Amino acid sequence: MSLVQPEMRPHYPDYATAPTQHHFSPYADNGGSVVAIAGDDFVVIGADTRLSAGFSIYTRDQNKLFRLSDTTVLGCSGCWCDTLTLTRILTARMQMYQQEHNKVMTTPACAQMLSTMLYYKRFFPYYISNILVGLDNEGKGCVYSYDPIGHCEKATYRAGGSAGALLQPLLDNQIGLKNMQNVGDSKLSLERALAVLKDVFISAAERDIFTGDSILINVITKDGIQDYSFQLRKD
Amino acid sequence: MSVLCPETPAPGFSFANCKRNALLESKGFPVPKATKTGTTIVGIIFKDGVILGADTRATEDTTVSDKNCEKIHYLAPNMYCCGAGTAADTEQTTQMISSQLELHRLFTNRVARVATANQMLKQYLFRYQGHIGAALVLGGVDSTGPHLYSIYPHGSTDKLPYTTMGSGSLAAMAVFESRWNPDLEEEEGVKLVRDAIAAGIFNDLGSGSNVDICIIRKGSVDYRRTFDEANKKGVRQSSYRYPKGTTAVLSSKTIDVEVVDVTVHPIEPEHMDTA
Repeated sequence: MSLVQPEMRPHYPDYATAPTQHHFSPYADNGGSVVAIAGDDFVVIGADTRLSAGFSIYTRDQNKLFRLSDTTVLGCSGCWCDTLTLTRILTARMQMYQQEHNKVMTTPACAQMLSTMLYYKRFFPYYISNILVGLDNEGKGCVYSYDPIGHCEKATYRAGGSAGALLQPLLDNQIGLKNMQNVGDSKLSLERALAVLKDVFISAAERDIFTGDSILINVITKDGIQDYSFQLRKD
Repeated sequence: MSVLCPETPAPGFSFANCKRNALLESKGFPVPKATKTGTTIVGIIFKDGVILGADTRATEDTTVSDKNCEKIHYLAPNMYCCGAGTAADTEQTTQMISSQLELHRLFTNRVARVATANQMLKQYLFRYQGHIGAALVLGGVDSTGPHLYSIYPHGSTDKLPYTTMGSGSLAAMAVFESRWNPDLEEEEGVKLVRDAIAAGIFNDLGSGSNVDICIIRKGSVDYRRTFDEANKKGVRQSSYRYPKGTTAVLSSKTIDVEVVDVTVHPIEPEHMDTA
């Protein structure tokens, strides 16, 4: 005879079910797209101004471009609360650098800092698609794109955000002049870059539900940063 | 199954692949997503009939798959039906009920009633326990007057004087709740329906593009496809024409066509046998 009875507890069906698990997601997807194109002595960056969640629009007029210095602009899309936090800390770090070293942080230095800051949160990342643009130490336009945990890639053109996958192949063809024959190696003009930038956003607004309303464009040259805006469809 | 005596296929849906698909899914090969019409569809009763309205956007997840699709489906000469939900389900369900209604009309020699269509739709949808994802707004005019129903995927129905459905239903209902009244003139009714659909188009990301409207009166129907182009497409800034020779020719081969003989056979136009 065994000393311990196999199961002495009475069986109550109400308590037989597994405990209920509740779930909370700290992230939100607020949509939005960012496109940047660099030229020899300029760089343009554009972001749409729609902030959304699910099937509803929070605002049709949200600037997603952040001026970090007179030659550096960051475009963010994804989780808006993370964008706010990241850019707040970034501007603070820019100021600390300026006061410690008595000079403004250059775009390549800023690009490296952003990568470090993103990787610092490797296991609880900022859910943002970042594109950093500016002029490098020689005054040439440059574009840096990031994944949410800090992988950084230097490029001359880049599309990111909710319509990023839709727009990048278009830029590969029109700016990168990929898969074409007999295309001259003519320099990209600012006018052409701006026209393509607007056109890719027109296309994105047609097919991506999170992109629309309007775009804000920053043009960075040695003379400073200029603002433009352009209307998109609002449905 | 013999070639000489083919088996008649079993009626209804085939579930033959269900087990296989469940196995594939468990091995990490998910079932492809169906096109959903994240939608705004509405209907109202006005003084002498029913007005139905719909947007024209169809989506697959977050991308627009059709910018100008038709969501107001024909059921019978006196009845139309707006569909929201899974595109294939709304399309097939309304087509099938439309066919049954036509047979019913021929058998009874009477104009089919809206209540009949409603009953057929709800019984069909209830049978499939919500697996047929069709949310419908059914409207029409019969011998008993104008009628408007909303039908949910599980088979419940409401008979209402004004109704909205789909992801833009809240935006559209807000317009109706503020402006609908029982004795609207046709012109006012059309404007109200347009504004309700426009509210869905602009404030719901699942809805977009144009406004379609269908006015059903006693003895006449006015289907106004693209009643209002709520959104104008942006104008291209630059030209994207490729100069000749941009695409690489990897290889080429010429096959000469040898003409052996030419004969001409004149063909008389033949009329279809409708006897």
